Parts: sequence; structure tokens; C-alpha cells
Amino acid sequence: MTRPAWLAQLWTLAPVLAALLLTSLLLVAFGASPAEAFSAMWQGAFGSQDRLLTTVAFWIPLLLSALGLLVSFRAGLWNIGIEGQFILGAIGASWVALSLQLPAPLQISLEVLAAMAAGALWAALAGLLKRWGVHEIFGGLALNNLAVILTNFMISGPWQPPEGGSFRGTAPFHADALLPLVGSTRFSLVALALAGLAFGLVLLALRNSRWGLRLKALGRNPRSARLLGVSSRRETLLAMAFCGALAGLGGALRVLSWFDSLRQSISGGIGYLALMVVILAAFRLFWTPLVAFFFASVLSGSIVLQLRTQLHSSLGDILTGVMVLLVLLFGNREVLQTWWSEVRSARRTPGRQS
Amino acid sequence: MIFHKKVVFAVLLSLTLVLGACAPAASQPDAAAGEDAAAEGLTIGLILVGPRNDHGWSQAHYEGGLFVEEHLPGSQVIVFESLNPADKPEATVASVVADMVEQGAKLIITTSDEFEEDTTTVAASHPEVVFINVSGDDARTGEAPANLGNVMGRMEDMKAIAGCAAALNTQTGHIGYVGPLINHETIRLTASAYLGARHCYETYRGEDPAALKFDVTWIGFWFNIPGVTLDPTEVANNFFDTGVDVIMSGIDTTEAIDVTAQRAAADEAILAVPYDYLNACDSAPAFCLGVPFFSWGPAYLALAESVAAGAWEQSWDWNAANWDALTDPGQTDVGWLDGPALQGQAASDLHDFIAKLAAGEVDLWAGPVNLRDGTVYVAAGQSATDEQIWYLPALLQGMGESQ
Repeated sequence: MTRPAWLAQLWTLAPVLAALLLTSLLLVAFGASPAEAFSAMWQGAFGSQDRLLTTVAFWIPLLLSALGLLVSFRAGLWNIGIEGQFILGAIGASWVALSLQLPAPLQISLEVLAAMAAGALWAALAGLLKRWGVHEIFGGLALNNLAVILTNFMISGPWQPPEGGSFRGTAPFHADALLPLVGSTRFSLVALALAGLAFGLVLLALRNSRWGLRLKALGRNPRSARLLGVSSRRETLLAMAFCGALAGLGGALRVLSWFDSLRQSISGGIGYLALMVVILAAFRLFWTPLVAFFFASVLSGSIVLQLRTQLHSSLGDILTGVMVLLVLLFGNREVLQTWWSEVRSARRTPGRQS
Repeated sequence: MIFHKKVVFAVLLSLTLVLGACAPAASQPDAAAGEDAAAEGLTIGLILVGPRNDHGWSQAHYEGGLFVEEHLPGSQVIVFESLNPADKPEATVASVVADMVEQGAKLIITTSDEFEEDTTTVAASHPEVVFINVSGDDARTGEAPANLGNVMGRMEDMKAIAGCAAALNTQTGHIGYVGPLINHETIRLTASAYLGARHCYETYRGEDPAALKFDVTWIGFWFNIPGVTLDPTEVANNFFDTGVDVIMSGIDTTEAIDVTAQRAAADEAILAVPYDYLNACDSAPAFCLGVPFFSWGPAYLALAESVAAGAWEQSWDWNAANWDALTDPGQTDVGWLDGPALQGQAASDLHDFIAKLAAGEVDLWAGPVNLRDGTVYVAAGQSATDEQIWYLPALLQGMGESQ
């Protein structure tokens, strides 16, 4: 069991390398050149200024959701309802965009606040359900479905565009309701600034605040946390609401910059993607933006991958998915060692019933 | 542990960098080939809302693209499939178009109503490229910039034939229609199917048309998005569970005929009329009455030739069927292909109906045509104009609707 330290460290790289290797093998199996495919991806993500800014524009809502998840995970909560909180944020921002017409700075501030409030409320609802005995995973999934149904209802009913039709989207918001964009891309400096603020806020909350300590205590050991005087109900609600607010902000950026209206499938699974990001980053704050950026680059890059090579653009999803799966399976040496010793002890006792 | 993760990312980043560094060397020959192709022939960008092999709407467009490549020497079609926020949250019409233009596309066809607004916006920022939005009307209404045109096939007649085939074969007098989302296109196509069904139920079977039940369920999108739309498989099953024995598809994909095949295999006397794609009957021929199909090849070839010759002019095209070649995808923009389940008297009645439609002897849109709420839409003694048909605001009296 006393392997050299460098070997143990190298092992951590195995999942990443294995994911790249597996994807390459898949490419070879389909008669494509991995080098060509990965270079097309690179071009797609960073090939020009516009492409880089588009990648960043996709990264920001993903990052915001992932940052929120760091807080809820710290409190030991599996906030899978983040997808719905993201969608509610989009709906909240759309509500202000469609019902008010104010000068741009005021209008956008209100939209962002409404989005954060809507996301936070939706998350708090999952927190309340947990208090009543519904695990946050199940409550969250139900609320995700409700968020989709609410979107469909709003765009087919009250917010139906003037030309009629169903399930398509609202009419585009007025110009003052939308974030100022850079050039012909969907990138907005305001969005980037908001993401920076959010990062600072999460850093402060998790590293330098009593609240962060309480969440940590709650996440590590709820029972002793209660003995230490941490109210699990209150902290659960607060952690959920905090996460929901950031996800809601992400949703607002989708409607206010990535698109120009509320549409069906406004998130398209960014909340779930954020869960993968946080898991791959091993719940570490400083890794989260990097991993999120890696995901955004791979997905952005796969657009050009499809156009250049005419390979299926799900390759990006496959690469990221395989990576997370392998990290979950083998990233944790302790799990592997336990597994290995179980295998060995099972071998030593062949008569054991399984 | 932190150190380990740092190592992971150092390696990850350096790998990416290495791959990136390999990139220019690896892709240079391709880039050169791309330029050559652009110099020789036309590069066409084709944006699909679903996958290219959906046996439905998107595949029909994809094969239209292949038809152009086959008949226009030097032309090359680059395809982007499944562009919709559920499948590709990271992609937008604008970003895909920008990449296509960079690869030399001079004609870009966006093949869904879903892309109508985005196409209009993005066309304005690439005035040197010709854009075609399929099924849209911006070139008709004047909202389109000068480099954007629209094309659509007159599927209404084929849907009427499909509805007739269903009505000639229903034993329960109850037809189910799996509809996508609600817009002018889907309303008029569904209504056309009903008008055809009603006409044939009365004319050839001598039944009371008011007794024909024709129910539409809108799933909420062009195809199934789990958790977002109704599941078309479930919708189809519900129809059969509630007395429907012939089901029609109005969505991009094949669930209607798939469910029919499964249940018919268990000896249920049920039939289906799929949609969109020439070979849609192939998955369950024995239970398929036929298919109203789009054939985009001829229209796309004409567009590509005019763009290549620099002679393209903006237009809004609603292309009627070539009635003399209704089964030949090389000669008609929309068509009808009999399915193996269409037999005997029903087959000859249907062909009589088709002949009368072709000759203009039957006008399904002759008044009175009433909307579902009873409002008179086309008065008795009049016939609907093209504009009235295109912009039909609601389903017709006698149709059932749910979503």
C-alpha cells in the first residue's frame, strides 16, 4: 500500500487522459482524425475574437450557476433544482422586461434583481420541501419540471407574441431592456462584471465568513452542527436561496444577452451542466471558473467541429461526460483503494456468498 | 489534494495547448481545399432544427442538400443539425451562420420556423450572403432584408390527400392527429388534413361528415423534448386507447407510425399516415396508408443555381405540387406516396380524389368554412384566397383540439 507519492499523484491525471483517449478512440472508430477534430474544436472556441467572446458569453451563466452550487454543496445540499432556478430567473427578468419601460440602467437593474429574487424563491421552495421531508433532489426535479411548464404557459399564453402561435417564445424585448453587447457577439461586459462580483461574494461567504463556517459544519456533520448551535433549517434555506439567486442571475443573462426574449428551453440544461462542473472541480472555488471555462470551450468548439468535419457535434458532450464519469469513478484514490482491497479480500475468501 | 488538482489542470491545459498547436499543421490542407472548392463552386450552409437522420422533416432537407451536391457540379453543402436550445444551448443561429460564412458559404438555408426571426436579424449583418428561411413569410411581409427569401412547399394539398386516406380507412370514424406546436403553418396543414378527411368521408363513404371525429393534440414542439413537450409516443397511445384507429403525424419525427407498428403487431386494427419524408412508410409498411412528403431538392437546386449565377432575386415561394409527377422527388416540391396498407376501393377512391384535386374540380376551401368557435371565415359562395389559407387563425369547426 505504500506506493511512491509521484505515482499516486499521477493517478489523479488518469481520468482526464483516459477521457481524451476514449474520445480519440471513438473518433478513430468513426474514421475521423482526432488531431483534426480537436483542432477544429480549438478553432471553434478560440479561433477569433468573436469566437472567444461567444465562448465567454456562454461561460458566464454556467459559471454563475456553478458558483451558486458551491454554496449549496458546502451545506451538504444536492441542489439539482438549479435548472429550475435558472429558468425562474429567466422568467423573472422577462417579466420586468415585458412589463416596464424605464431608462436602461434602472430597467436592467430591476430585471437582474427580479431574476435573482425569482431564482432564490424557487430554491427556497425546495428548501422548504426538504423541511417537510421531501429530499432536495426529488423536490428539485419536480420544481424543474414546473419551471418548464411555467415557461411554456407564459410563452403560449400571457406573453404570446402578437403574431400568435404557441411554445415559441416572447416577442423580442425592447432595446433598453437588453444588455449592451460587444460587436456582433452575445458577450456583454455587464454580464462579465456581474460574474466577477458573484465570484468575490462566494469567495467572501465561503472563506471569510461565519456563515461559511456554519454551512461547512452543517455539510460535514449536521448532528454536531446542531449541537454547536447551527440552525440547519435556517442555513439550509439561506444556502439554497443564495444558490438560487446566482442561478437566477444566470437565467437573466440568457434572456437579456444570449437571446433577446424568453424562449422554450431557455436553459437547455445549463444547470445540470453546472453540477458536472462543480463535481469535476471537486467543489473547489478557484477551480470552478476554470472547469466551467473548459466545458464552455469544448461545447462552443464542437459547433465548428460539426461544420468542419461533419462529425456529430455531440462529441463535445461525450468528452465532458466521459471525463466527469471517469473522475467520479476513479478520481478519488480512497474509493479506488477500498474497491481494490475489497476485490482482494473477496478473492481470498472464494467460498463467500455474494 | 490541491496540488494534485493543479497538476491535473496543468496537464489538461498543456494538452489542450499541444492539440491547439498541432491544429494549424493538421488543418491546413483542409483549409486550402475549402478555398479551392469556394473558387470552383458554391458552398451552401444548411441549418437543421433536428438530426439529419430523423426519417422526417430534417432528413427531407438534408436529402435536398445532397440533391444539390449531385446536380450542381462543384457545390458543397455544409450541414449543422439539431440547432435548438434544448440540444445545443451553446449554439445560436448567429454563431453557426458566422462559421458557415467563414467557410465560404454564399447561400445559407435555415430550415425551420424556429429560425425565422433570428434569420432575419442575422441576414442583415451578412448582406453578401443569400439567406433562405424555409416556411417563413418575412419576404412576403417586407420585414426581410434584401438578401433574405422564403420557400415553402404547398403541403396543404398533400395533407388533404393524407386526411382523405385516413377517412377512407377509419372503421371507428375517429382520426387522431399528432400536432407539433401551434402556428399559422401547423394550423393550416392540420385544417387541410381535416378538410380532405371530411370531404372523402362524405363523398366516397356516404357518411355524415359531422359524425367524423378528428382530434388534434399539440405536443409543444416540432419533436419530442423529454420533460418539455408532451411525449408523442404517449399522445399516440392515448389516441388508440380512446377509439382512434387511424393516426396522422404532423411532427418532424416518426413516433406516430412507430406506435402504430408496435400496437398493430399485437393484432390491433390500426393504421398510420406519417409525414415529411419520402421513405417514412419504410419502418412499418404494412400499417402505412401513405405519406405526404416534402422534396426540397428541386427548389434548393434552383436557388443554388441562381445564387451561383449571381441572378438570385428576393422572393417568397409557395411551391405547388407537380401533379404529373406526384411520387417523383426529383420533379415535385411536395408529393404523396401510397403506402402498402392502402388497398382496394380505398385506393381507387383516393386516386379519384387526387385526380380531381389536380384538375381543380374539387375546392376544399370553398365556403362556407367556419373556424372552430363557429366564426365564418370563408362565406358561402366564395373560396379562400392564398392569404386566407396561409394565415388561417384557428382550427375549423368540427375539429377537436387539446395540448
